[in-house]
Order: sequence, then structure tokens, then C-alpha cells
Amino acid sequence: MSNPILQLRSINKSFRSSDGSDRLVLDNVDFTLAEGEIVALLGQSGSGKSTLLRIMAGLITAESGEVSYRGKPIYGPAAGVSMVFQSFALFPWLTVQKNVELGLEALGVSPAEQTRRAKEAIALIGLEGFEGSLPRELSGGMRQRVGIARALVLEPEVLLMDEAFSALDVMTGEHLRDDILELWQSGKLPTKSLLVVSHNIEEAVMMADRVLIFSSNPGRVRAELPITLGRPRQAKGPEVHHLVDTLYTEMVSPSDHYRTDKNKTVTRTSYGLSTATVAQIEGVLERLVDDPFRGTADLPKLAEVSEISDNAFINAADALVMLGLATIEKGDISVTTLGERFEKGNNERRQEIMGQQLLSSVPFIVNMRQSLEQQSSKEMPFEHLLKVLEFSMNKSDAERVLETMLEWARYGNVIEVDFSKRLIYLPDAD
Amino acid sequence: MANTIQHTPLRPQSVHRSGLWDLALLPFVLCVLVVLAFGAQEMATPYQVGTPIDLSLDPLYLPYYLLRTTLRMFIALGFSVVFAFAFALIASRSKAAEKVLVPILDILQSIPILGFMSITVTGFIALFPGNLLGVECAAIFAIFTSQAWNMAFSAYQSFKSIPPELDEASRIFRLSPWQRFWRLDMPFSMPGMLWNMMMSMSGGWFFLVASEAISVSNQDIKLPGVGSFIALAIEQRNLHAIGWAIGAMLIGIMIYDQLFFRPLLAWADKFKFEEGDGNTTPKSWALKLWRRTAWIQTGYAAIVRAFEGTLRHFRLKKDGTSPPTRPVIQHRHAERIWDVIISLVFIASIIKLGIFIHSEVGWPEVGHVLYLGVLTLIRVIVLIAVASIIWVPIGIWIGLNPRIAERSQAVAQFLAAFPANLLFPIFVVGIIHFKLSPDIWLSPLMIFGTQWYILFNVIAGASTIPTELRFAATNLRLSGLLKWRRYYLPAIFPSLVTGALTATGGSWNASIVSEYVTWGDTTLKAEGLGSYIAEMTATGDFPRIALGIGVMCIFVMGFNRFVWRKLYQMAEKGLNF
Repeated sequence: MSNPILQLRSINKSFRSSDGSDRLVLDNVDFTLAEGEIVALLGQSGSGKSTLLRIMAGLITAESGEVSYRGKPIYGPAAGVSMVFQSFALFPWLTVQKNVELGLEALGVSPAEQTRRAKEAIALIGLEGFEGSLPRELSGGMRQRVGIARALVLEPEVLLMDEAFSALDVMTGEHLRDDILELWQSGKLPTKSLLVVSHNIEEAVMMADRVLIFSSNPGRVRAELPITLGRPRQAKGPEVHHLVDTLYTEMVSPSDHYRTDKNKTVTRTSYGLSTATVAQIEGVLERLVDDPFRGTADLPKLAEVSEISDNAFINAADALVMLGLATIEKGDISVTTLGERFEKGNNERRQEIMGQQLLSSVPFIVNMRQSLEQQSSKEMPFEHLLKVLEFSMNKSDAERVLETMLEWARYGNVIEVDFSKRLIYLPDAD
Repeated sequence: MANTIQHTPLRPQSVHRSGLWDLALLPFVLCVLVVLAFGAQEMATPYQVGTPIDLSLDPLYLPYYLLRTTLRMFIALGFSVVFAFAFALIASRSKAAEKVLVPILDILQSIPILGFMSITVTGFIALFPGNLLGVECAAIFAIFTSQAWNMAFSAYQSFKSIPPELDEASRIFRLSPWQRFWRLDMPFSMPGMLWNMMMSMSGGWFFLVASEAISVSNQDIKLPGVGSFIALAIEQRNLHAIGWAIGAMLIGIMIYDQLFFRPLLAWADKFKFEEGDGNTTPKSWALKLWRRTAWIQTGYAAIVRAFEGTLRHFRLKKDGTSPPTRPVIQHRHAERIWDVIISLVFIASIIKLGIFIHSEVGWPEVGHVLYLGVLTLIRVIVLIAVASIIWVPIGIWIGLNPRIAERSQAVAQFLAAFPANLLFPIFVVGIIHFKLSPDIWLSPLMIFGTQWYILFNVIAGASTIPTELRFAATNLRLSGLLKWRRYYLPAIFPSLVTGALTATGGSWNASIVSEYVTWGDTTLKAEGLGSYIAEMTATGDFPRIALGIGVMCIFVMGFNRFVWRKLYQMAEKGLNF
């Protein structure tokens, strides 16, 4: 491998949750970005991949460990590292031209030079003629082109892309991605390395020379997959398909890996939690049982017909396994007999099965029910549950997980919820 | 440089006309400059304390007085803007400063402007002996204190709510503090700032009489201006003159609205962060004219170029790979030490305060002032309730009719600026004629200037009710009480709380001028905290002024903490009636 540009050594980072306890998001992470490569970081939301990206960008500092750029330690944003944002982060009051010039102005480049270099970058990314427009007058895809031009005009050695295509619709995102790859191949880019954070598996396979999979709680690199395919890659080709398959399997059933990992005491708090809605779980299950799969499906193919985001699909598949309605093996998902009964059943039947499964295999809900029964008032505020969740995740994630858990538990008739008072209580005994 | 004038594109078709505009606008702009210079010169004329300044109730003098008054208000506004941004910068960049500055501003906000006046006026006069400038400064400072606080809070809140991705972008592209302020902080806070500037100007008019006709600490100075004109008219019981003053004020408000705020609003429209909300873009003929005039454009481009030069000059010299010059301090320790210092200062000032009260005014007086505070509190609560009952239905009706809502903006701005003092004569004459109790009938004056906040906010709240919700309500045939409980009230409740909060603060402040009213040699007094402060200010009894102001602060802040904050929380949770 050629020269390393960015190096991270045993990085630790934790955030303080609202109750004052520290939550580890990056646990002893090592990473090297070398010259001439594209690396993709994959992982569920909250897995610390964005935090890692921001540490490399110099936006946040690690608690311990070393970050170096070209051998020099980093204390803040370095000149050779630039970034493209998921939400574009354009300055809405500046024209396209001015947005692209922003970094040059900050460097104190002369006005004539600013104009010239900005025009070049704008032309490179295919935005000629829009120099005088304000961002709000552009479509999402064009806005992200401005975001990329703004980063490239500084001729960075390293370009960090934080879910740069995920705010765009699928077609636009793929188009822009292919344009970037084409520029990369043509050697017109001043950039020597690309780091792409994504939760789109196909995107990672199409772009990267290396894919790193992040596990959450605490965040660390769980697996690394080199991709040696030449470019341009065929999205529908068998090699890409095989790789996507492998990555899906790797990402969907993380629980096995927790069990085999004996070196470290793993906090299992996150296990048994999900953000998949009941509708998503039912939707995926129904498609799995229906034609053409009839009970067993290739994960990426099922993901495609499910028409939900990769993240949501993985969550739903995960939930199906957790609830004992399906199993996953070697990239294939198969419905269980219980799953079939669930799918065929009417609403009442489904709720009954859900209730049973929740009380046998979802620890959080089991605990919730038990502590409710022990309370003399038979009720409990949301805040109490949130506090439990915030031991292992940040506040907004905790809110989302709690929302899902309450939906599941209500569906399975395990508890009742009063949203205006933010209380849960036991359902009336039938 | 094509890029430097891109903010204000010159359209080719306007070039033909631009020659004419150039000619027409040049003398006008020169005139404005000459008039402003004249006004500024007048501010620094020699003056000895004690000599009365010539004032005339002849309407012919009004344009001159209007010039002096607006000049003062704009100088104060300029200072307020600088203060607001400085405050916001310091408070948002430093956690330690934030902890102290925000509560201080909270207190300053609840101090009535007469309070500032009585403490500072002698100091300002001593600053420029033998010159009117000192008194001018005192007046400008008084106006400043009626304008600055809400602007500072607005800027601070804007700075704190800058989207994290823009903050990250400004750091990734290594903007220096100076660059960041002009490229991110200032533009982002602009819309809120402008709105508050307009509100502040209205607030300035309200306290105009108090700030121009200085009658605190045994001083009796009337600076040339509309406020003094009104004060003199009240002294001489001249209703005609008051009519003229109202007219002059109206014209003044219209002129600066057309020449200053409209263009600014139209120009600042691009700073709006949300996309595609209001589909009405503010228009301004003055800005159009400005953009069509070639020589103004050239000048503007030159200014922009010079300004961008400063941006390039004040840049970050360092890179993320250069080691930090200062060693990073242990944050948590520093924080704790700072907390200890703040607590010590707090305890020391409580002790000092106790000693002061004990030796200067005595504890029974404190009890009496607290009782007066309760009286004024009752007035404020009753009035806010009455005003809400009146304005909520009207506000909802206007808000749901977009055409009326659009037009009512200008009217509302004038109404908010309307100094309640001008209505005092009518009330005084009425109260004396019908032999009414001033304790009750002076009270409405307190809310006269501040009730509009309730109306504005309800209008704003009602006009943002989603159309689907309106259709749903019609579809479900909600009517009568149910419609109010389930639809109207929950929809506007948060904005009603905001409006009532602002109105309450203003009413406390207004109680000082409205509980103690004079018309010629008749003085009417309603018993309350406001009249107490007004009386003590007139006699210059500092310890008692301080006591009165302190008690008012406690009432205002306590009310904010225990009533409004609770209501806000209720509103956030979404409530049902």
C-alpha cells in the first residue's frame, strides 16, 4: 500500500448523556487512509462513523489516541482536508459563485484568482451558467454539486463525504456518484483520497476500494472488505451483486458477532432494541411470504422490492429475526413457521403472536412490563424509560427507540400508553 | 469585478433610464446629507445647565423637531445594533460569559427606562460641560435602553440556533471569527434582527416624552424634539398642538419606513433561512431606485470591494496541523472555579443589599413597596386578560384572512408606535369630569401601547395554521365552543403566550408613565409601584428609586419564571382545553 495520508491510532470518544454518564461511541479505533484509495464506512446510524469522520476533519477532538495528517498531529481543521455535507450546508444568502469562493476568501486569495479558480471548479462539476443563482433556486442534486465544487476548489488532498448522496433521490444520487467516480478515474481531481460515509450498501460497493463496517455500542470496526473490482463497475453485474449480498449478511445479524467476541466485555444494552415500525416489519414479512420469494429470499432482492431505505430494511429484517418470525443464513432470509402463522393471521392473531414474542425475546419490553407490575400505581413516566435507554445511546436515538418500543408493546397489548401525560400503564385485565 | 456586484444585478433594460435617475437622485441624496449634517451640528451647541431651551408650540417648528427626534432615535438604533451583535458574539462564543451575561440582560430588560435615566443623566451632563451634547447623550442613552435589549436577545438566540452543519462548514473552510461573523452569524440573524429593530423603533416612540423632556433628579431640560413638544403641550393643555404632534409622528414613521425599513426588508429577504415559506417578497420602490442608479451602484460596489478586502485581511493564519499556542485547560475544573466565583459575588451582593436597605430606607418601606408591587401586578394581570379576550378573536379573524393580514401590518406598526401619553389628556379630562377613581381608570393606559403585541402574535399564529387543518375543521363541522377548544385556542396558544409575555413586560415598564399622569397643573395618581418610581424619580431620591426598580425587577422576573415558563411548557406539550 502507498503512503498514508490520514492516520488514526487507538481513538476513543465518548459523549455525555443527559444523566451525566459517559457513553462510548468510539472504542479504540485504528484507521489509515492511504494515497490513491477510496474508503467507505458503513454502519447503522449512531454507530460512530460520522463521529470518526468529524475527528478526521478536525471538527471534534478525540479523548485519547492520535490523529495525524501527513505525519503531523491535528488540532483543528487542516488545510488539506475538505468535506461534503449530507445536508449540503450551503450558505443560502450567497450565490453559487460566492459559495464556491468561500474557502478561497478565507485563505485570503486575491479576488481575480478567486473568480478564476471558482469558475474552474464550477465548470468541472458541471454547473456552468448557474454562477449567479442562489442555492434555493437550484434542485437538490445541483446544490450538492455546489457543495462538492466548494470543497474541490481548495484542492484538498483528502475529501470527506458524509452521506453526501443520501439526501438526494435515488436517480440523482446515482448520477452524481457516477460523475464523481468518472472525475476520479480521469485524474482531473486534485484529491488523492476519498472517504465516504454511507449507509447505502450498493453505494459503498460501487465506489470504494475498501469497505469498513462499523458496529454500534461501542463503535468499532467490525469487519473490513477489500474490493478489487475495476472501474467503472456494473451496478447490475454479478460481482457487485455478490459483494452487496455479503455486506448485507454482515450487517443484518450482528448478534452472532457479539457472541463470538470474547476478548471484550460487550455491553448488550443495544441488543433487542429496534427502530423498525410494525408496518415496516409486516411489510417486509408479507413480501417475503408472497410471490416471487415464497418464504426464502436473497436479502438485497427483498430490500429492493420492499421499497424502503437500506437502513429501514436492515432494521426490519433484524426485528423479524429478533421476534423469531424469520431467520437469516448466508445472505438469505427465510420465514419461520411462526412467521407464516403471523402473516396468515388476522389482526387479532397477529397481535397475540406479537405479544407472546415480545414477552419472550425483547428484554427491554419484558423489563418494562415487570417493573410496571411491581409499581403500586401501575404506571410509569416515559422519562424513566428514556433514562434507561440513554445509558447506551444519545437522546434523540433514545426517543426514537422508545417510540418504536411503545408501538410494538401497544400492538402486542403488553401495555397501554397515554401520550399526552407521557405515561405507560398496564392494560385492563380481560 | 463581476462577482462583487452580483448581489445587486444591473438589468440591461434599466440602463437607459439610469441617466435620469442619476440626475434626479443626486440632489435628493445631497439634500438628505445636508439636513443630517445640520441636525448633527445642532446637537453640539453650547449650553449651560439651568438655562431653559427655547421651545415653541408653533407647528412650523415641527419638521425641525422631527428631524432632531429621528436623528436621536437612529443614533440610538445604531448603538443598539452594535451592542446587540457584540453581546450575542460574546455570549454565544464563551460559556463562562454566557452564564453571567444572559441573566444580566434579563435584569436590564426589566429595569424601567426612567430608572436608567435618573442614574445616568448627571453623569452624561458632566461629560460635556457647557455643551448640549451631554444632555443629548443622556436622551440617546434613554432611547437606547428602550431599544437594545430585545435586539440583543434576538441576535443571541439567532447565534445560538445557527444550524450545526453551517457551523461545521465555516470551520472546515477555516473562516476566521471576522469572516464568520460577516458570512454566517450576521446574515443568519438578519431577519429576526430587522423585525426587532422595527419593534424597537416603535418602543422608542413610546418613551419619547420621558427621554427628551428630562425631568429626573430635579433637572428640567427639554431638548428640541417631538417628545418635548408633546411635554410642553401637556403642560400648557394645548390639544391642538397634540394633534399636530400626532400628525408629525405619523409622517415621520412613514418616511423612515419607506426610506429605511422597507428597502432593508426587501434587501434582507435573501437572508431568510427557511425556503419557500412566505410567498410574498417584500418590495420597495426606494431599493429599486437605488439599484437603478449607476453612481450609487459604483459606490456600493467600491464599498463591497473594500469590505471584502478586510475579509481577506483578517484571516486565520494557522492551520489545523499547527500546534495550539495556549495549552488546553482542564475544562471541567475551570468551569467549577467560575461557578464558585459567580456564587461568591452573588452572596456578597445580597449581603451588601441587605445592609444598604437597612441603613438607607428601612425594612417597613420595603414592605410598603412590595404591597405597591402587588397592586400593579393585579392591574397587569387583569389588563392582559381583558386585552386577550378582546384581541384573540379579532387576531384569529385577521390571521385567517391573508389579504387583510397583509395590509394590517403597516397599521399595526403605527399603532404600536403610538405614544400612549398622547391619550392621557383625554383620560384625565374624562376622569375629572365624571369624578372617577384614578386607581381604576388610569390603568388602561398601561396596556395601551403593549396590547398590540398580543394582536400581532395571534395574527401571526393564526396565519400559520395549515390549510389542511382549516379544511378538516370545516369538514368535521366543528362549531361553537368545541371549535374554540379543539381548534382555535390550541392552534394559537403558543403565539398568544409569546405575545402576552412581551405585553406584560411592556406594561410593567409603562406603569411608570401611566400611573402618574399630569395635564397642565392637574396630577392624577394611581397607587402602585409605577407611580412610586415616577414620584421618587421626580424628586431624585436615589435609594428609593433603586428600591422601586429592584422590586419591579423581582416581580417581572418572578412572573417570567413562574408563570410564563410554565405556560410555554404547556404550549410545547400541545394542549387541550
